[in-house]
Amino acid sequence: MAKIVVVTSGKGGVGKTTTSAAIGAGLAKAGHRTVLVDFDVGLRNLDLIMGCERRVVYDFINVIHEEASLNQALIRDKRVDNLFILAASQTRDKDALTEDGVERVLTELSRDFDYIICDSPAGIERGALLAMYFADEAIIVTNPEVSSVRDSDRVLGILASKTRRAANGEPPVREQLLLTRYSPLRVQKGEMLSVEDVKEILAIDLLGVIPESQAVLNASNAGVPVILEEESDAGQAYQDAVARFLGEERPHRFLQLEKKGLFGRLFGG
Amino acid sequence: MAGAEAVKPVLELKGRMMTLTVLRLLDPSVEVLARELDRRVQEAPEFFRFLPVILDVEAVAESDLYLDLPGLAGLLQARQFVPVGIRGGGEDWREAATAAGLAVFPAERDSGGGENRRRAATEEPAARAVATEAGMVVTQPVRSGQQIYARGGDLVVMSAVSPGAEVLADGHIHIYGSLGGRALAGVRGDTSARIFCQAFRAELVSINGTYSVSEQFEEALRGEAVQIALNGDSLDIRAL
Ligand SMILES: Nc1ncnc2c1ncn2[C@@H]1O[C@H](COP(=O)(O)OP(=O)(O)OP(=O)(O)O)[C@@H](O)[C@H]1O
Ligand SMILES: [Mg+2]
Repeated sequence: MAKIVVVTSGKGGVGKTTTSAAIGAGLAKAGHRTVLVDFDVGLRNLDLIMGCERRVVYDFINVIHEEASLNQALIRDKRVDNLFILAASQTRDKDALTEDGVERVLTELSRDFDYIICDSPAGIERGALLAMYFADEAIIVTNPEVSSVRDSDRVLGILASKTRRAANGEPPVREQLLLTRYSPLRVQKGEMLSVEDVKEILAIDLLGVIPESQAVLNASNAGVPVILEEESDAGQAYQDAVARFLGEERPHRFLQLEKKGLFGRLFGG
Repeated sequence: MAGAEAVKPVLELKGRMMTLTVLRLLDPSVEVLARELDRRVQEAPEFFRFLPVILDVEAVAESDLYLDLPGLAGLLQARQFVPVGIRGGGEDWREAATAAGLAVFPAERDSGGGENRRRAATEEPAARAVATEAGMVVTQPVRSGQQIYARGGDLVVMSAVSPGAEVLADGHIHIYGSLGGRALAGVRGDTSARIFCQAFRAELVSINGTYSVSEQFEEALRGEAVQIALNGDSLDIRAL
């Protein structure tokens, strides 16, 4: 039986798709059979970030509507073994997602995979609610700013009350915080909330802190999950997060300003 | 996911209580009231637009203003208030309100009546412990967008109430974490209800409908442990 993991945030543009791709690729590299499912119907971003957009023939909606089988729709990643993508449809709207349909597809995927990573759309509408509904675990992607934290808080309330686990009275969805686009410099200037601030407000476990990094943009333009850019700061931070997700303890990195060079020490004060 | 697939229910009764603005009428003359309203509306037109109000007629209960209640309601509507009901007054007032399609709210003094009436904590502490149920204890954080209402008793929240969340109780509210959202105690008329919290960052607090919003709070109390009680017409917020 697969673990169903939703990557969600409430607020848009905080790094959910970047995170889904990175965590999915990381889990697959660690040997777990992993499938990434794009719930952002109408937008279709995940396949771009994964660099497989030209190989999409059938998508999630086709499978829900039984116009294609899962085998026809699943795209195998060319770089990482054990990694598959189920793309969203660009031409349909969110109503094409049905609860029964989603459940059927996730159940079928559960037989073959260890992890099902659901990349949620922004907001708390139907697509986002369905991405959350069947989850066993949630990665809450949050940027260190007030509106993002507020939306994450809202999403945590929904996870605690409006998921299959809540409805069945099962143990709650495991919730972990991934703080992304973190800039120690801007935290120091008081322009961003610190890790401690966000942890205090949301009061859930911290899976990782991903620094604001040019490497993310470069990787997504190249259609490569940033975790495969092994030398990059964001790539390493995602590697740490995957290791923690799998139960390993690792210290958090990239939280402090880099040590200033001689020039900085002389003139920066 | 409830409601995603199933047929949508067409009606739902929710135990939601709202804070409503009370407009106390202190003069029995419609002309005087109209003039004063115009002046107020001019000062802050946006604030009053479509503002639901309850007319407290206690101070003019002895006058025959009730005869003109429909006219008074019309006058408010013309100024874009939304009169929802009256509070106070005798039988004449109640009949006039019903005829004018306005609700009748219990007067301040005998509000909350019947079996739901709780005694003030200070009056009879021992009896109170017996008289009320244990209340409601919430161990999870109350997140943005969530609302929790402890009907008929106290509410104890073991963790934080986030900004954008709302907690309500007929009795006291105790929050053993930060209060970042809204807390409304004594929502069904208990003027002795209090709010306690470990870190005060509320958006709004209210006791029996008398409310205060964050701009009005003393800066020195931000983040502090406070208790809030009703003192006459206003809220008394002080450090614990
Ligand atoms: N750590 C980071 N450093 C710099 N840029 C980042 C980082 N993470 C994400 N971004 C950028 O932020 C933008 C949004 O990222 P992404 O598409 O992953 O967000 P999303 O939450 O999936 O958005 P949506 O809500 O629209 O689905 C992208 O341009 C991405 O490159
Ligand atoms: Mg996305």
